[in-house]
Amino acid sequence: MKRREWVWGWALILPALTFIFLFTHFPAVMTVINSFWSTPRGRRPARFVGLENYERLINDPTFWKVLTNNLWYALGTIPLSIGLALLMAVFVNRPFRGRALARMSFFTPTVLPLIAVANIWLFFYTPGFGLIDQILGVFGVGATNLLGQGGTALPAIMAVAIWKEAGFFMIFYLAALQAIPPQLSEAARIEGAGRWTIFRRITFPLLMPTTLFVSINAVINAFRLVDHIFILTGGGPDNASSLLLFYIYETSFRYWDTSFGATLTVVLLGLLCLLAIGQFFLFDRKVHYK
Amino acid sequence: MKSDASRQGREIRIEGIEKCWGETTALSGVDITVPAGSFTALLGPSGCGKSTLLRIVAGLEAPSSGRVRIGGEDMTQRPADKRNLSMVFQSYALFPHLSVADNITFGLRTRRVAKAARQARLERVAALLGLGPYLERKPSELSGGQQQRVALGRAVISERPVCLMDEPLSNLDAKLRHAMRTELRALQRSLGFTMLYVTHDQVEAITMADQVVLINEGRVEQAAPPHALYETPATSFAARFIGTPPMNILPATALGEIGARAEAEAGCALHFGIRPEALRPDPMGMLKMHVTGGEYHGADALVMGRIGGTEALVRVPGKTLPSGGAPMSLAVAPQDIHLFNAATGQRLDRPISAAQALASNDMAQATTVPDLNQI
Repeated sequence: MKRREWVWGWALILPALTFIFLFTHFPAVMTVINSFWSTPRGRRPARFVGLENYERLINDPTFWKVLTNNLWYALGTIPLSIGLALLMAVFVNRPFRGRALARMSFFTPTVLPLIAVANIWLFFYTPGFGLIDQILGVFGVGATNLLGQGGTALPAIMAVAIWKEAGFFMIFYLAALQAIPPQLSEAARIEGAGRWTIFRRITFPLLMPTTLFVSINAVINAFRLVDHIFILTGGGPDNASSLLLFYIYETSFRYWDTSFGATLTVVLLGLLCLLAIGQFFLFDRKVHYK
Repeated sequence: MKSDASRQGREIRIEGIEKCWGETTALSGVDITVPAGSFTALLGPSGCGKSTLLRIVAGLEAPSSGRVRIGGEDMTQRPADKRNLSMVFQSYALFPHLSVADNITFGLRTRRVAKAARQARLERVAALLGLGPYLERKPSELSGGQQQRVALGRAVISERPVCLMDEPLSNLDAKLRHAMRTELRALQRSLGFTMLYVTHDQVEAITMADQVVLINEGRVEQAAPPHALYETPATSFAARFIGTPPMNILPATALGEIGARAEAEAGCALHFGIRPEALRPDPMGMLKMHVTGGEYHGADALVMGRIGGTEALVRVPGKTLPSGGAPMSLAVAPQDIHLFNAATGQRLDRPISAAQALASNDMAQATTVPDLNQI
């Protein structure tokens, strides 16, 4: 009887396990294996090259360029989008006329596909007659090419990501805010706490689980979402706006250097694992779970 | 924690408070005076507006019109933290991420009380409420009763002259609630603050309060000490609400000729109110009840029946439960007959001699002494 029970258990999770192994674990392991082999081409089959790919990676200036870009991208987008999300959530959590409209408009960027978002922003950024240049034109500033210049291409891409992500994170904060009983802030008010004190000492600490969840998502997205780069800059100029995943795509599928692509992917995977684990340890002491 | 001069309670005056939300009126023309240092309970069925009234006194809600005065000062426009009062919420409203100590001293911190003074006051309050061993715990690690004490601690540590409580005992089990009633009352007496206490439980109101304010549908039905509320209910609502089981309300028509004569004398339709415990089985009694059933409670029993077609209850000693279907004669003392205007529900205070005919003469001397523990 006991034995049949565990057979049933395994049978029930088998479909899910099959898919997770087939599409998550197997590719991950294959990526690691591939990174130790050369790229097979035509009549030349793949051969074991050991750490050669990793050596090449360390000496690849483009890799370091896109990694630095990605770190700046993460540093710029994560705190800003989370802060903006919290601000918007607090704003639309209190009653006012047109609240539903405000919530909807904050959330709209999330519903749109990133490709569509990028196309909208392409119009904003268009030199000469884009929205941004038209507004700048009123103040007498001439045409700009934000996406075409090395110094501004990455910030321009970051702005799109923040715009896209903040609304998504806002929903989580809004849900968390509504789960906080209003009596808590009433009790704090009677005890002489002002709005800022209530936020700092009550609301924000109670939002910590949400902040943890949102920040892990934000970190993953900072390395994962590169769709808009295809539309806006194509990684240029001179890799100024290229990110790690975009570089992996270019290496693997445009230059068909799959083993070097696998090596880059291993680095990305390792980085993400490290960040996620680190975040859990960092936040764990400060997060109050109910 | 001694009650020195600064700790004396302050008087609360609620003057003509109205509260409307759009079309619905939650409170209308509420006037209440809570004497300094007294324990006043706001009692009423759920949805009667008592919690709204408390929130208006606290400053968490603004009245549509009327004034709130505390210690003679007009507080109507003042924010909650400038009213010099503390409050205990039904849900306790403890901060789940803070320790018991931080919860209790929250208000002292926001008011920048020095750390040493904070610590000294925390120790006194913890000793007073028996919270010493739990100061480092989080609220979720405490039982309901302990959480309740933390909420009390947060209210009393600020040493305010006024304390508001919104059904603080309703989440406790019956045994603990009983113990906390005594404790709360003793706490209020020893610290000397003015207590305004909202409850829907008449036992809490009657056992703890100096003054009970009975509220119904946003109006004050009666404000009186507990015994007056029981002995001379001002309205038929108050008569039915206070006392378990509730007072029998018999329309004059159920009492035949005596009822008709009493109505003629009063000049209006009448309701006769007689408490179940004021009725006694007596072969010479003027009231005839048709018994339909009984409920044995141990020390006493309730007899259900009809008097002139109206449902009525009689409390009898437990051993004398009569069988159903039998007629029963009942006697009542004249001072135990309450008369209410059937149209307005107001008590008739002038004596109606015709109504006294219900009481047999030999009963006139026997007074029913209400036993408060039995209410």
